[in-house]
Amino acid sequence: MMKRFLMALAFLLPSAAFAAGYSGPLDKADYDLRDQASLQRGAQIFMNYCLGCHTMQYQRYQRTFEDLGIPVDLGQELLQFTGDGPGSHMISAIDADASSDWFGLTPPDLTMVARVRGADWLYTYFRSFYEDPSRPFGVNNEIFENVGMPHVLQELQGVPRQTYERRMVDGEMRDVYVGIRSDGSGRMSPDEFDQAMLDLTAFLVYTGEPVYLERQRLGYYVIGFLFVFLILTILLKREFWRDIK
Amino acid sequence: MSRILDWIDQRIPLSNTLKLHVTQYPAPKNFNFWYLMGSLALVVLVNQIVTGIWLTMSYNPSAEGAFASVEYIMRDVEYGWLLRYMHSTGASFFFIVVYLHMFRGLMYGSYQKPRELLWIFGMLIFLVLMAEAFMGYMLPWGQMSYWGAQVIISLFGTIPFGIGEALTTWIRGDYVISGATLNRFFALHVIALPLVIVILVFLHLIALHEVGSNNPDGIDLKKPKGSVKEEDKSPYEFHERYTKKYDIVDSIPFHPYYTVKDLVGLAVFLIFFAWVIFYAPTMGGQFLEPPNFEAADPMRTPEHIAPVWYFTPFYAILAAVPNPIGGVILMFGSIVLLFLMPWIDRSSVRSIRYRSGLHKANLAMLVVSFIVLGFVGALPPTELFTRIGQIFTFLYFAFFVFLFFYSKNEKTKPLPERVTK
Repeated sequence: MMKRFLMALAFLLPSAAFAAGYSGPLDKADYDLRDQASLQRGAQIFMNYCLGCHTMQYQRYQRTFEDLGIPVDLGQELLQFTGDGPGSHMISAIDADASSDWFGLTPPDLTMVARVRGADWLYTYFRSFYEDPSRPFGVNNEIFENVGMPHVLQELQGVPRQTYERRMVDGEMRDVYVGIRSDGSGRMSPDEFDQAMLDLTAFLVYTGEPVYLERQRLGYYVIGFLFVFLILTILLKREFWRDIK
Repeated sequence: MSRILDWIDQRIPLSNTLKLHVTQYPAPKNFNFWYLMGSLALVVLVNQIVTGIWLTMSYNPSAEGAFASVEYIMRDVEYGWLLRYMHSTGASFFFIVVYLHMFRGLMYGSYQKPRELLWIFGMLIFLVLMAEAFMGYMLPWGQMSYWGAQVIISLFGTIPFGIGEALTTWIRGDYVISGATLNRFFALHVIALPLVIVILVFLHLIALHEVGSNNPDGIDLKKPKGSVKEEDKSPYEFHERYTKKYDIVDSIPFHPYYTVKDLVGLAVFLIFFAWVIFYAPTMGGQFLEPPNFEAADPMRTPEHIAPVWYFTPFYAILAAVPNPIGGVILMFGSIVLLFLMPWIDRSSVRSIRYRSGLHKANLAMLVVSFIVLGFVGALPPTELFTRIGQIFTFLYFAFFVFLFFYSKNEKTKPLPERVTK
């Protein structure tokens, strides 16, 4: 209690600084929420690789199928692995307490992860895992240091390694870091993997705010109406104020 | 129709009240842009109440269910997302119009005699509005809801002699922020404080109509009875309550002239409002902060706790003082000084149009300080920002000190007899 109170007080002090997260450059996620095929592929990856441990507890299967243009019976057959009805929320198969024991903490819910982290962060994060034997799962992440999850997409990407090349720098040969390269053992080529991660990002952006497209569409009419209303009010005001000197 | 009206008028003073406050209320004819903010604030208040009622129908005020119920509103309730964005955007717009409204008052001296009580009711509305917004921000029970509340409530803990700790426990209803805190904040947010705000708004309007509206020239438009030639009087029928004591110049009936003018302002306002609701509901993380899309977790602190933008100037003043209790005193002091404006400003001239260059510069300094403090309060605390925050905190307070001294013998320009265009 006292400790918590002191901690809260610490925020008042100007000197209080807290470990900042990754603040380096992020790759731009050039996704398109109108591209249903992309969203469907993203959903497929999510259901197969993410939903095993993470939940998406605020989003319903049926809503997802409808918004993504997937017939509900087909969606249930191919994307919904629980026996529940289509109206149920996307709950993870594993028990929260058990996963907390296994990973150190319960894997976070991902419904709105795109609203918390941003699409660019997600897109970069998915492609920033690298082999690191010092970590419990043998992988680390460049923008999420000491990440607590394994690289579940390794079978798609292959083993990602931080790669150095010998290059001439300032007159001497040095090992220069050139980024993460797959060892080629995955099912996807690097380009295919990037596209798959863009699809997954798009899907998570969609679940963060399923109403996004509807909001964009409706706003057009509302603001259009308001402009008509504005013109009418200006005319009305002029008419009344004509005699005020 | 008129028989129905007669029937009602014999029982409650309907026609007379409408005449007194709407159709025969004398409003200065030279109102400008700044005078739209009052009616817009009223519109936003109604928006908050109406959308709030509908949100309450689906919201669940418990630590276990609050966050999920907001997402239920966003996803499953018909047009729930629209109600929620109207409400969350409305909160920010409330502060935008209220800040502009207050600045108008400062600019044209609307706090000066005889409008002191009118100003104080307004300041009370502002104070309760801040409490209302703070408690409302806690309800989604996201990370920022939780930790923001943690920081704000701990302010009371800085009070010495063991009072502080007992007080924070009393406010929270628990030793930490918990479902008990959420429940009481919900009750205060949806019942107690809105009721207080509505009552204060009523009093604010009654006070306004008692003393009459100020205007951009800051001159009195209610002249002593008999001092104005017949052709100079406003050629409209005003309620005898106003004409019995005064000769009224340069005024027009509130309705229809200002109702139609305010409609234009409303249309423009709604375009901005709708644009934010539909195309930028989080306003780049300012109106809805990204960490608040994550459910509250008492075990995990967000990297940077920043209050919502409308609190950041005061937060920067708080953070400018290394000593917590000193910071709290200064923060409340910054608001108390605004309350005291009618007595700090000792000038006999109201409007900035006829006041000295020194006063204009001083008011500009206040505005710049307030805006800079707003930015500083939103940024992570670094040495540089804290230093900037301290400088502008000093300037913020300097405004009131300077004003008190120069206003008594300020070199002002001669006032016009009648309003200017």
